[in-house]
Parts: sequence; structure tokens; C-alpha cells
Amino acid sequence: MPAAARRITDVTAAALRALDFDQRMTAGLFALMAMLPLLSPVLGGSYLLLIGERALIFAIAAISLQLLISAGGLVSFGHAAFIGIGAYGGGIAASHGLGTLSVALPAALGVSALFALATGAIAVRTRGVYFIMITLAFGQMAFFVATSLAPYGGDDGLTWPTRTLIFGTRLLKSETTFFYVILVLLLATYLVVSRLIYSRFGRVLRGLKDDETRMQAIGFTPYPYRLTAYVIAGTICGLAGFLLGNQAEFVSPAYMHWQRSGELIIMVLLGGTGTLHGPIIGALVFLVLEEVLSRLTEHWKVILGPLLVLVVLFARGGIAGAIDAWRRGKAMPAQLWAQLLQRPRQGAAAATDIWRQRASLMRCAGGQAATYWKPYKMAVGRLLVRLLLGAAATINRWRRR
Amino acid sequence: MSTSLIVVQLFNGLQLGILLFLVAAGLTLVFGVMDFINLAHGVQYMLGAYLAVMFYGLTGSFFAAVALALPASMLFGLLLEVLVFRHLYERDHLEQVLATFGVILFLNQAVKIVWGAAPLNMPIPNILSGSVPLMDGLRYPIYRFAIIAAGLSVAAALYLFVNATRVGMLVRAGATNAPMVSALGVDIKRLFMIVFGCGAMLAGFAGAIVAPILSVEPGMGDQILILAFVVIVIGGIGSIRGAFVAAVLVGVIDTLGRSFMTDTLRLFLAPGTARAIGPALASMTIYVLMAVVLAVRPAGLFPAKGRA
Repeated sequence: MPAAARRITDVTAAALRALDFDQRMTAGLFALMAMLPLLSPVLGGSYLLLIGERALIFAIAAISLQLLISAGGLVSFGHAAFIGIGAYGGGIAASHGLGTLSVALPAALGVSALFALATGAIAVRTRGVYFIMITLAFGQMAFFVATSLAPYGGDDGLTWPTRTLIFGTRLLKSETTFFYVILVLLLATYLVVSRLIYSRFGRVLRGLKDDETRMQAIGFTPYPYRLTAYVIAGTICGLAGFLLGNQAEFVSPAYMHWQRSGELIIMVLLGGTGTLHGPIIGALVFLVLEEVLSRLTEHWKVILGPLLVLVVLFARGGIAGAIDAWRRGKAMPAQLWAQLLQRPRQGAAAATDIWRQRASLMRCAGGQAATYWKPYKMAVGRLLVRLLLGAAATINRWRRR
Repeated sequence: MSTSLIVVQLFNGLQLGILLFLVAAGLTLVFGVMDFINLAHGVQYMLGAYLAVMFYGLTGSFFAAVALALPASMLFGLLLEVLVFRHLYERDHLEQVLATFGVILFLNQAVKIVWGAAPLNMPIPNILSGSVPLMDGLRYPIYRFAIIAAGLSVAAALYLFVNATRVGMLVRAGATNAPMVSALGVDIKRLFMIVFGCGAMLAGFAGAIVAPILSVEPGMGDQILILAFVVIVIGGIGSIRGAFVAAVLVGVIDTLGRSFMTDTLRLFLAPGTARAIGPALASMTIYVLMAVVLAVRPAGLFPAKGRA
């Protein structure tokens, strides 16, 4: 049916036109990733697919951390704990013969959420460096508890008997299916978190990050909002852990090692804070970098370490920031050149004008970013957030007593 | 659970606490004065141990090794400061965390390349080997007493330095309000370098004196770094006194927890259950302690004055 096909292309093209550059890039990114299983037989076999799965899983974790860092201003240095908890939750359920979707997944997410609630209730009371150190300490606590879980392998880790059964079938056994399941979950995470960031809840959270005193003056209590964000991020990261456990069919305390938390922060910063596609790019680049460097030499961390220092010192805004700067830069010289050729003096004046405009553009780029995303009615999401907020407020009240 | 065992473990805990204090003191000063979160501080402890082992190999004398390791670790700390850390003071904590994390990755691996991945050892000097009787049938190694004594004297010296010298006064002023100190005409960059060098030297000293009783291996700094974080969170960031109290508290509680948790649980739980959950609970104790302290006093036990 050529007519139907054309109609589909038209609609797709129209939809693409309606997106801004960042969204188009994200769409392209997802399209590229979706092609990976088709390309993998040509490029490197199933090994490539396994790396791809890991990259997507870490992208989910990095997005959840991005929610905390960019929207909440909460730099968590213990985020890998949730990866481990999600993986242990699913693994322990599976080792008791309960490795079905209806038990293992809720168990993994529930335990992650509970851990986030318990540790967050204390951690979120603090800010800045205290928060970094406390989340680090709680992450280590989870690590040590896992190493002393003798019935579930202790130091050596726990081998999952099987990947999670979906309605009693071994649907996830096929790597291709599993890859697409992860990809869909990543897309869902991306959409949910972006809606969340631009919802009322997210606006309050970002407001609290920018100016806590002002937000308090207009009647918002920071604690429940931050705690809710922490629980949501922890739960999403627990999902990533559940997937990682499924992927490797194994979980060990090393999943929660504090260097893993550091790597998650690297992914977020490497990709670029302040954008949601940043963490996805960051996770992909980091895993590819790890893969390439570790093939080059067993001492690949000697290269990665200074690389990180250089990224921090010279490439502020990460990869997403660099792409943005490149786009601006590419537009500028051409315009300048055209102006300068016509009438030198006016051209020079116009050029300074353009520079001035560029400066003001950059100033309000932050403001514009917010308007791309109109408030979206997501009844279920709101209900969830409201429930969590209620719970957090109850805890807050109880704490005050 | 005999009394003598408790006494021995108390001393072990005190010794761990002293070491923690030496590491945490530098960390809390660097943070208090420069508002700089230095994850690479644990690596400086590790380097102190490696440098001591190296100098021991060269000189054959324990005391010469420690004496040489001190200026060497200070120089190394200053080198790092000039190359990397200096450019990070103005940045936000997230970037500081990431860059110093990169330094950790690099140095841990570089140490592996230079000295190999296998743990190294360093003998206890003759004059400090052997043990002394504490009470009937209870002997305690002299070397551990020496560590406690050395740590306590360094703590006392540090206290005098911070509270009775002009530089110490500037350090205290810097911890309270660094921009104001700078506005009053103090060369804040030089002050930062002094503080940083001292912090690196203290961590290196801790590493050097602990080298004979621990195996010196890559990554040995990470463990103590996290404990030092717990210490300065409990003690209050920027406070030397807080760091001391919290370090001893954490050292003693952690050691006692690891030694007696399982036996204590056995009093009211089945032996099998106690053996299963004892180690897990023991490794959680200091974090629970931290949570309790923060629940009561969010800024730690002894917050530096003027700091929110």
C-alpha cells in the first residue's frame, strides 16, 4: 500500500519537524540503538549486542541519577547501591524459585524504594558535601551488607538460576528480545523522567535547587519533595539493577562498589548535566570507552583517570554541551562572513550585534528549555507523585514530633 | 567475652581511631578552609605507605623510611595541588568529585604498574617489636602502642599549631569565612598550599606508620577514605576537635562491633541466625551511628563556628 506508506512517512516527517534539535537528536539516538541487533551480526556478533545491553541499562541508571543531580541538586555518590539492590532483589527471588515477572520485579523495585526511603529520610536532611558523603557511606553500608550475605554467596556473588520468566515463558532468553525490552524500558524512563522534570513537582524541585529560601518563602517545604525525588530515582535505578542482574544472570557486591557510583556520576557529567539525552550519550560513550581502552591495555584506568580530569577542566557541559557549542559556532562564522563582505562597517556593527544577541540567547537558553515542554496531563504519574509526597510529608511530620 | 579480650579490642579500636584521625584531620581542614572535597585524600595515605616501603628498601631503617616518606608525600600532595586541584577550588562539588575520582583511578593503577599488584610488607623495627604485659596473661604489641602514642602526639601538635600559632589562626579564620580572610590581605593561595601540604603529610604519615602492620596494596586508601568521610560527617566538617572525637568513636565502635556483635546476638538469638546476621549488622554499626548523630545534630557533633 504505497499510499499508506506515504502517509506514515508524512506523519513521521511532520512529527520530526515539530521537534527541536535536542529531541531530534534523541530520536536519532534511539533509532540508531534500535538498529544495533540488526547490525551486530555484521559488526561483531552477539558480543556487541551484550555491550549494547549493558550500555542501555547503565543509561537508565544514569538518567535516574541525572534526575537527582540536575533537577534536585542532590549529588548522590551511593547510587550504585540501587543497582546492586535491584539485582539482589531479583536474584534472591529467583533463587527461591520465584523468578517470575509478577514476583521478582516488584520485589526488586520495592526493596530499592524502601532502601531509598530509609536512607533518603536521613540523607535528604543534609545538603551539599554532607549529602555526597552520606550517600557514599550508605552505599558502602549496602556493599558490606551484601558481602556478608553468606546464604546468597557473600563475597562471591549470587548466580541467577534463570532470567526472569515472563508469564511462565523464557521470553528473555533471546538476546535480541532482551535488547528490545531494555530499549523500550529506556525510552519509557526517558519519557517519564522528562515529564516529571517539567511537571509541577519537577518545577518545585528545580526551584528548590536554585533558591531554597525563596521557595520556602512562597510556601514549599523542601524535605518531602527531595525525599520523593530520591525515592523515585532510587526505584528507577533499582529497575536498572534488576535488568543488569538479568543480563549477566549474576549479581555480586562489586555491583555496589563505590567506584561504580563514581562511574555513574562520570556518565552523567560526561554526557552533560541539564539535558536528558546527556546521560544516555554519557553511558554509551563511557561503556564504549571502557571497552576500547581495556582492550588497549590492562592498565586502562591510567588513561581514563587523566581523561576525566581533562574533561572536568576543559570540557564543561560534557558532550551535550560540546555539541551545543559546535552548533552555535557553525552558524556564527557563516553569518559573520556574509555580513562582513557586504558593507564592512555596517558588517562589523552587525557582527557585534550578533555576538550580543548570542550572549543574550545563551542567557535565556535555560528559560527556553523549560518552555519546550508544556505541562503534560499524566493522571497516573501525578497520582503516584501525590501518594509519594503524602507519604514523605507523613514522615516529615513524624520526624518533627 | 572475657575482660582481657575487651581491653585488647578497646586498644585496637583506639589505634584504628588514631589512624582515622590522621587521615580525617587533613580531609576536614582542606574541606573547611577551601570548600574543596578531595576524594584523592585516601590515595595520599596509600602513597605514604608505598613511599615508606620504598625508602625502607633503600635505607634499611624504619625510622629513616618514615622520616623520608613524610616530606615525599607532602611534595607529592603539593604537586597534585599545583597540577590539578588548584584549578578546581572555584568549581562546584560535583566537578571536584569527578576530577579527584579521576586522580584516584590514575594513582591506584599507577601504583599497580610501579610496585605490582601483590601486597608488600615492611617489618616492624626491632626496638618496637615484642609486646608488653597489660595484666595477668594479657600482652599487647608495643608497636600498636607506638602508633597510638605517635598519633596522640601528632594530634596534640596539630592542636597547638591550629590554636596557638598565627598560621593556625588564619586556618581557623579561613574555615569560618575564607573570602573575608582574603579581603583582609592574607595570601589565601599560600594558606591553601600550606593546609593542603599538611593534610597530605598527615595522611602520608598515617600510611607510613601503619605499613608494618597492614599489607600495603593498591586500593588500601579507598577503605580508609570512606571511614574518614563518616568521621568528618559525625565530627562536623572543618572541626579538628570533632574529627578527633569522632575518629576515636568510630574506631572503637567499629572494632568492638566486629569482635562482639555475633556473640552478643547469640545471647538472645539462635546461634545459626546470629552467625548469619552478626557480620552484616557489625559492618552497619558505624553507618547507623552516623545516621543517629545526623538525626540529632545535622551539622555533626562539633560544627565549625560560622558554618551553616
